[in-house]
Amino acid sequence: MGFVENMIKKSRLKSPWIVHFDCGSCNGCDIEVLACLTPMYDVERFGVVNTGNPKHADVLLVTGTVNHRNRHVLKQIYEQMPEPKAVVSIGACNLSGGVFKDSYNILNGAHTVIPVDVFVPGCPPKPEAIIDGVVTALNALAAKMGLGPAPGAALMPGDEDAPKAAAVG
Amino acid sequence: MNRSTVIPFGPQHPVLPEPLHIKFVVEDETVVQAVPQLGFVHRGLESLVRTKDFNQMVFVVERICGICSCIHANCYCNAIEDMLGVTAPPRAQFLRVIWSELHRIHSHLLWLGLFADAFGFESVFHQFWRIREHVMDICEATAGNRVILSINVVGGVRRDLNLDQINWMLGELDKIENGMRELTRTMLDDYTVQERTRGIGVLSKDDARLLGAVGPTLRGSGWECDERMHGYAAYKELNFVPVVEHDGDCYARCKVRFNETLHAIELVREALNRLPESELTVKLPGNPDGESVFRVEQPRGELFYYVRANGSKMLERMRVRTPTFANIPPLLAMLPGCKLPDVPVIVLSIDPCISCTER
Repeated sequence: MGFVENMIKKSRLKSPWIVHFDCGSCNGCDIEVLACLTPMYDVERFGVVNTGNPKHADVLLVTGTVNHRNRHVLKQIYEQMPEPKAVVSIGACNLSGGVFKDSYNILNGAHTVIPVDVFVPGCPPKPEAIIDGVVTALNALAAKMGLGPAPGAALMPGDEDAPKAAAVG
Repeated sequence: MNRSTVIPFGPQHPVLPEPLHIKFVVEDETVVQAVPQLGFVHRGLESLVRTKDFNQMVFVVERICGICSCIHANCYCNAIEDMLGVTAPPRAQFLRVIWSELHRIHSHLLWLGLFADAFGFESVFHQFWRIREHVMDICEATAGNRVILSINVVGGVRRDLNLDQINWMLGELDKIENGMRELTRTMLDDYTVQERTRGIGVLSKDDARLLGAVGPTLRGSGWECDERMHGYAAYKELNFVPVVEHDGDCYARCKVRFNETLHAIELVREALNRLPESELTVKLPGNPDGESVFRVEQPRGELFYYVRANGSKMLERMRVRTPTFANIPPLLAMLPGCKLPDVPVIVLSIDPCISCTER
């Protein structure tokens, strides 16, 4: 039994399925996430598969500004994913609200709604940084499965109560 | 007896990366009604004019839409320049055209890929995105960022192109054009593609005008209407011809975008070869005062900016009308009567940009 469980855990880490949710992005980060899957970067050769269904996914990629209307959708998608799961927050808007921080309906980042494991800063981050973020998230996922140490923790700059998460890029 | 069922589409849906929610009322496989629900991407952007000054707003309007950010900034800067009574120098006008057209090429290539993906032709999706990487390389090498270029400022542009860059860009443009020409047969002449797109989502010539369609949706229905014909920036000096198709179906709209990409490559090439020598920016005479309106052509259609200022650093009001907003009524007219599997194809055929529309 232990052998089979270990095999499943290792397979999930070897071929992570990702689901991408765009909270309210300008599309800049979304097209960079999509660009990771296309021939230039092609993460599919490493076993990363983009799925539309959160119930099949191991890693959630969140982009864009979280506002009062879409935070419920974000929470629902997060809750539908099976445990253990990792969340990667991509782009300046998703980290802190970005240029829209002063606006009236913006929450300051996805980490105010769901627990985030990895922050990828940039406006938009390059595909290399996003791939690096997913790899770091896999380390976090391995730690949650009890298969390795957690990745180095970092606080968001200027944000004292932010949850502990790794920053890449 | 017909029983109607309501099928939700979105906000998180594999075919469309953006959070758009449409409720489809279907009878068997046929859509009888489509009810859109919006607001997932609202960022309260127009209210930011009260907290950021008119120079900082350039960076905010670029983030309305990441796919055509340069064109948003171009329109905003032109509106403010009109109000201040200044004109950007000739070299800046040409550089604005070059980067705007590069954005049009990458936006159309992105759309052609997503459109092919919508009817399940995934290898063509990858082919178009492979070609698109050349455009992203050009953007990164010349402007410093792949997606959001930030080259426009009020009064001109921030970056210049040197001779080496121009020669290298001309070589890359040849690669893009060759790649496109190789894909013509796969995309436009293919039997399967034609089966999935011909006669689907037809918008007649009269309806296109009555419902206020813009951009490739309008030109696919036979109207020769393009803001670039009015010759803003340096378009009046370039050899610009609008691309028009007459069938009004998804195939016609696809063909308009395909041919427009090739034409945009020509425009960039022409602009690079005829780049005049001049300053990059003009000095601004003070703060803007009064009202101004400007229209430009986005990859998706006509983009409209209205700005009002009162002589202080902050603008009083800004209003943006984006092409997808104008194309939603035609979309809702196309959808009833179609089969449910054709819905993604028709929704994508107007090239919806929800982040533009909701801001």
